[in-house]
Amino acid sequence: MSFDVAAIREQFPILKREIDGNPLIYLDNAATTQKPQCVIDALVEYYTTCNSNVHRGAHRLADEATRHFEAARDIVKDFINAPKREEVIWTTGTTEGINIVANGLAALLSAGDEVIATGMEHHANLVTWQQACKASGATLKTVPVLESGELDLDAYQALLSAHTKFVAFPHVSNALGTVNPIKEMTAKAKQFGALVLVDGAQGAAHRKIDVQEIGCDFYAFSGHKIYGPMGIGALWGKESVLAEWPVWRTGGEMISTVTLQDATWNVLPYRFEAGTPNVGDAIAMGEAIRWLSALDREAVEAHEKALLDHATALAEQFEGLTIIGKARDKAGVLSFVMDHGHPADIGFLLDRQGIAVRTGDHCAQPLMARFNVPGTARVSFSIYNTLEEVDALFAALKKVRSMLA
Amino acid sequence: MSLPSTEDIVDDLSFFDDWEDKYKYIIDLGKSLPAFDEAWRTSERLVKGCQSNVWIQPGTEQDAQKGEVLTFAVDSDAIIVRGLLGVVLAAFDHKTPQDILDFNIDEYFAQLDLERHLSPTRGNGLRSIVGRIKNIAQAAA
Repeated sequence: MSFDVAAIREQFPILKREIDGNPLIYLDNAATTQKPQCVIDALVEYYTTCNSNVHRGAHRLADEATRHFEAARDIVKDFINAPKREEVIWTTGTTEGINIVANGLAALLSAGDEVIATGMEHHANLVTWQQACKASGATLKTVPVLESGELDLDAYQALLSAHTKFVAFPHVSNALGTVNPIKEMTAKAKQFGALVLVDGAQGAAHRKIDVQEIGCDFYAFSGHKIYGPMGIGALWGKESVLAEWPVWRTGGEMISTVTLQDATWNVLPYRFEAGTPNVGDAIAMGEAIRWLSALDREAVEAHEKALLDHATALAEQFEGLTIIGKARDKAGVLSFVMDHGHPADIGFLLDRQGIAVRTGDHCAQPLMARFNVPGTARVSFSIYNTLEEVDALFAALKKVRSMLA
Repeated sequence: MSLPSTEDIVDDLSFFDDWEDKYKYIIDLGKSLPAFDEAWRTSERLVKGCQSNVWIQPGTEQDAQKGEVLTFAVDSDAIIVRGLLGVVLAAFDHKTPQDILDFNIDEYFAQLDLERHLSPTRGNGLRSIVGRIKNIAQAAA
């Protein structure tokens, strides 16, 4: 199979938009990706033909909706090579997936236990563990980030001990693009019997995921960062861990039997899916994954690498620009600051030229403090971006530089 | 230096038909604002935006004609926001509390075609600064 970026772009209607008379150049893909027509169609199709509540209706629409909804779960299972479909829990996104785990963890930890996260976390994969530790009396330790934007793996090794009960780290840093050695890090944690969660929010779109190969206990990701709708995501957890994990929200669907004074819990995955699920978005997320999986993933990865390599080369020659995060293995993200101009200025002046980037702390304030920057301008690439767009970005940055000098 | 009046700003900005010239003017306005004492960059003076921060230090002065007027020293870490603060101060600095309360900032920004900077979604702290200035004027009125 090969990769034709023009044919890909044709499938994303939003890319035809103009901003102030300029063609839209969308480089904020780490925040959310755009949606191909087939995903938009899947949403419309669901609400047009079979909208109904799942699992409980004695009618045709409910049967059809349930079938599509559960088929989407199978698509997610295959996408991450999960052993069992029951291990895939629908969430509202990565943040909720992490919260489900953190909520249970708070009940399982006690004083003297240790949790390890890293200095490059998105707040969603840090504040959650802070709260779990505060609630339980456990201690949170963090792996320092090296100047390169890579994790200090020696320090990580030194933090691990018999007290380590839980370890969390991102597959890919949202602010720097660093791809972490998640398999190796998981193996190290496993030597001490710790549970491991991988925050896959930024990993799922850029790398093939095989949870069995990684060896982790939990992997959480979002639909909207892999061409699916917002408000839907998945948490995968090992059946052996999840089956006994403390329940999170209680209500309908997640119960088995209920008396006026007590209740017993449903089996996986339903014990973590209280209330009416987000059926339409789950189905459309399944469609997004089906669409992505049908592409030549190696060619996609090569294309995204070419974009990042080209951007990095231009950035290195660009006077007055400093790249933040130069890890050897990076995916999708180029973060930088400029000598003149705050990231917010850069973002505004790029927007005025039709180029969408993200500026600010990227929900990673400790990481910004580590690099002693107020924030960065972050360019993040996706499947539909082109080398010409990268060139246009740097032409626009020249204008930004001259305006701010 | 003294700030241009709101009328001057409206006149000047209407002269440009190119966005670059318009924002260069705003950037220059930001650069021309009086320096803000580094020691004033404290949390009480801070209005935190999610993308950039703004600091404000209010004061009062006696004006021969107007009586007591409110003064504001302002700063932002983002230069365009600093320029926009200049646009705001043209309306509010050295004005009586009543003048400040009577001034329609939304209309003024719309006239300048800058209203999107006042939108709550921009996260630049500008809208909060306007709110804070109005509150100070309310308390002094």
